[in-house]
Amino acid sequence: MSDPIVQLQNVRKTYTLGASEIHALNGVSISIERGDFVTIMGASGSGKSTLLNMVGCLDTPTSGKVKINGTDITKLDDDKLTTIRRDNIGFIFQQFNLIPTLTAIENVEIPMIFSRVPQNLRKERAMRTLEQAKLEAEYAYHRPNELSGGQQQRVAIARALANEPPILLADEPTGNLDSKTGKSIMELLVRLNEEGTTLIVVTHDQKLTEYSNKTIVLMDGEVSNDIY
Amino acid sequence: MISIEDIQSNMYLQLAKRNLKRQTFRTVLAAIGIIIGVIAISSMGILGNSLKMSVTDSFGDIGDKLLIYPAPGEDGVTEKQIQQMKKVDGIDAIIPAYSTGDRVEYKNSYTFGSIYSIEREDLEKLAEVEDGQFFKSGSTDCVIGSSIADNLELRVGSKIEIGDSRLRVVGILKERGMGFDIDADTGVFTSAQMYEKMYPGEGDEYDFAIVRAEELDKVDDIKEDIEKLLNKKEEVITVFATNIILESINEAFKSISLFLMGIGSISLLVAGVSILNVMLMSTMERTKEIGVMKAVGASRKDVLTMFLLEALLLGVVASLIGGLFTIGAGYLILSLVVKNTSYLFSLATLIYIFEGILFGVATSLIGGMYPAWKASNMRPLDALRYE
Repeated sequence: MSDPIVQLQNVRKTYTLGASEIHALNGVSISIERGDFVTIMGASGSGKSTLLNMVGCLDTPTSGKVKINGTDITKLDDDKLTTIRRDNIGFIFQQFNLIPTLTAIENVEIPMIFSRVPQNLRKERAMRTLEQAKLEAEYAYHRPNELSGGQQQRVAIARALANEPPILLADEPTGNLDSKTGKSIMELLVRLNEEGTTLIVVTHDQKLTEYSNKTIVLMDGEVSNDIY
Repeated sequence: MISIEDIQSNMYLQLAKRNLKRQTFRTVLAAIGIIIGVIAISSMGILGNSLKMSVTDSFGDIGDKLLIYPAPGEDGVTEKQIQQMKKVDGIDAIIPAYSTGDRVEYKNSYTFGSIYSIEREDLEKLAEVEDGQFFKSGSTDCVIGSSIADNLELRVGSKIEIGDSRLRVVGILKERGMGFDIDADTGVFTSAQMYEKMYPGEGDEYDFAIVRAEELDKVDDIKEDIEKLLNKKEEVITVFATNIILESINEAFKSISLFLMGIGSISLLVAGVSILNVMLMSTMERTKEIGVMKAVGASRKDVLTMFLLEALLLGVVASLIGGLFTIGAGYLILSLVVKNTSYLFSLATLIYIFEGILFGVATSLIGGMYPAWKASNMRPLDALRYE
C-alpha cells in the first residue's frame, strides 16, 4: 500500500487571543489514502476549519507534522506553501468565491495562469474542465453575478480542477445551495472522486456523510471518532 | 514576438483593466490627478525653455564673436598681432577698431557717446544703416547710432560737434539692441583720418578688435588658437568669447526651468499620494479576492504583478492623456506669458512632454508599490476570513 496522500501526526495548533490560549487542534493524527472520500464533521469551534486549513496548506501547525502528497509542509515558507497548494489542492468554498470581474471560463483559467500553463492551451483546457463540472457551455462567458448559485459552484469546482490536483478540499460545498442543487453538486463531487481524486469535505451536514467512505468527527480539537 | 493580440488577451492586463473599471469614478479621479501633474510639470518645462529661447533670440547673433583686448599693462592691439591672428582657422572677419568716449553736442544740447574709428566695410558687417548711407573713407562724415539720433533729434545732414571738430551725419544706424562688441545705438562712427584728427597721439595701436567666427561651434577653438599664438611668451591680449554669455544665459534658464518644473512636480506628488490612497482602498476591498487568488495558487510575485500592473496601466493612460493636454496648455501659457507660440513646436517641447509622461508613469508606479506589496504579503488564511 502506498503512502497516505494526507498525513497528520499529533498536530497541535494554538492561537493566542489576548491573554488566553486557544487550542484549536489538540494532538490530531489522521491519514487519508489516495482516492478516499472523507467527510470531516464537527460543531463550530471544534477545529474543523483549522484542520482544513492545515490540509489546504493555508496554515502550518504549532507542533506536529503535516505531510501532503509526500511533502512535509510543517516548516515551509509562504512561497513554497503556495507552490504545494497550487499543484496539489483544489479549493471549493461555501461562498463560491469567484472573481467577480472575470467570466466563468476566465475564473477557471486563473489557477492555470499561476501554474504557467501556456495561453493557447488554457482556453481549451478551461472549457473542458467546465464541461467536466457540468456547466452548460453557453454560460462560459457569463460573469459570476449572472449565474445561479449552483452554476457558480460548478464554475468553482471547475476552477478547483483546473490544475488537475490530486486532492479536492471542499468547505461546506452545499451550504449556500438549496437541497436539490446541493444534491446535484454532491453527485458531481462523488463522480470526480470515483475518477480518482481524493475528496475531503468539511461540513456539519450529517447527510453528506452518506456519500463518503470515511468520516472524521472532531470535538474540542480532538478526533472523537474515526470510523462511522 | 509579442503581438498586440497577445497583450490584449493577457489575463493580468485584462484583470487590471477590469479592476480599474470596477470603481470608474474613483479611477477617473486618480487619473485626473496624474493628468494635472503631467500637464503642470511639462508645461512648466516648456515655459522655462521658451523664456530662454525668447531671451537668446533677442541677443541676436552675438555668440559668434570674440573680442580681443590688450592685456592689462599693454597699450593696445598692434597691427602685427592682427596679422598674426589672420593665420588662425575658422575666422570670418577681423575688425580692428579705435574707440573712446566723448561728449557729443548738437545746437544747445549734448549727450555722451562712444566714438569709433572702424573701416567702412567693417562697419557694414556689424550694423545696418536705416537712414542715409555709410561714410566715405577719409571723409569728415559720420554715422550715428539710433539712440544718439533720438536724444539730440538729429537727422541725416545735421552737423554735430565733438570737441573742436564738426562732423556731418550721413547715416543713422538701425536700432540693434544690446551688444557686447560695439555700442551701436550710442556710437558715433567715423573714418580713421577724422578720428586721428580728433584724437591725435592716440598711437598706432588699436583699442580692441572684433573677431567673427565662421561658425558658432568654432568660437572656442578660435579663442584657444589666438591665445596660444599671441600669448606665447607673455600675455599681450585678452580674448573674450561672447558665447560665454549665451552659455550663462542657458545655465540660468536651466535653473529657472528646473525650478518651474519643481513647482509642477508638487502636483504630481499629490497625485502620487492619491494613487496610493486609491490602491490601498482597493486592496482592502479586495482582501478576500486576494485570499482566493492565493488559495488557488497565486504566489506573492503574482499578486504583486497584478497590483503593480493596475497602477502602471492607470499611470500610462493618464500620463498619455496629460501629455496630449500639455500641447494645449503649453500653447495657452506661451501665448499669455511669452507671447510667441512658435516655441511650442520645438524638439525641447517634445522632450519636456516626454519627461512629464515619464514622471507621471513613475509616480503611479511608486504610489502603487506599497499597496501592491501589502496585498502580496497578505496571509491567504487571514484574507479568506476577511468579510
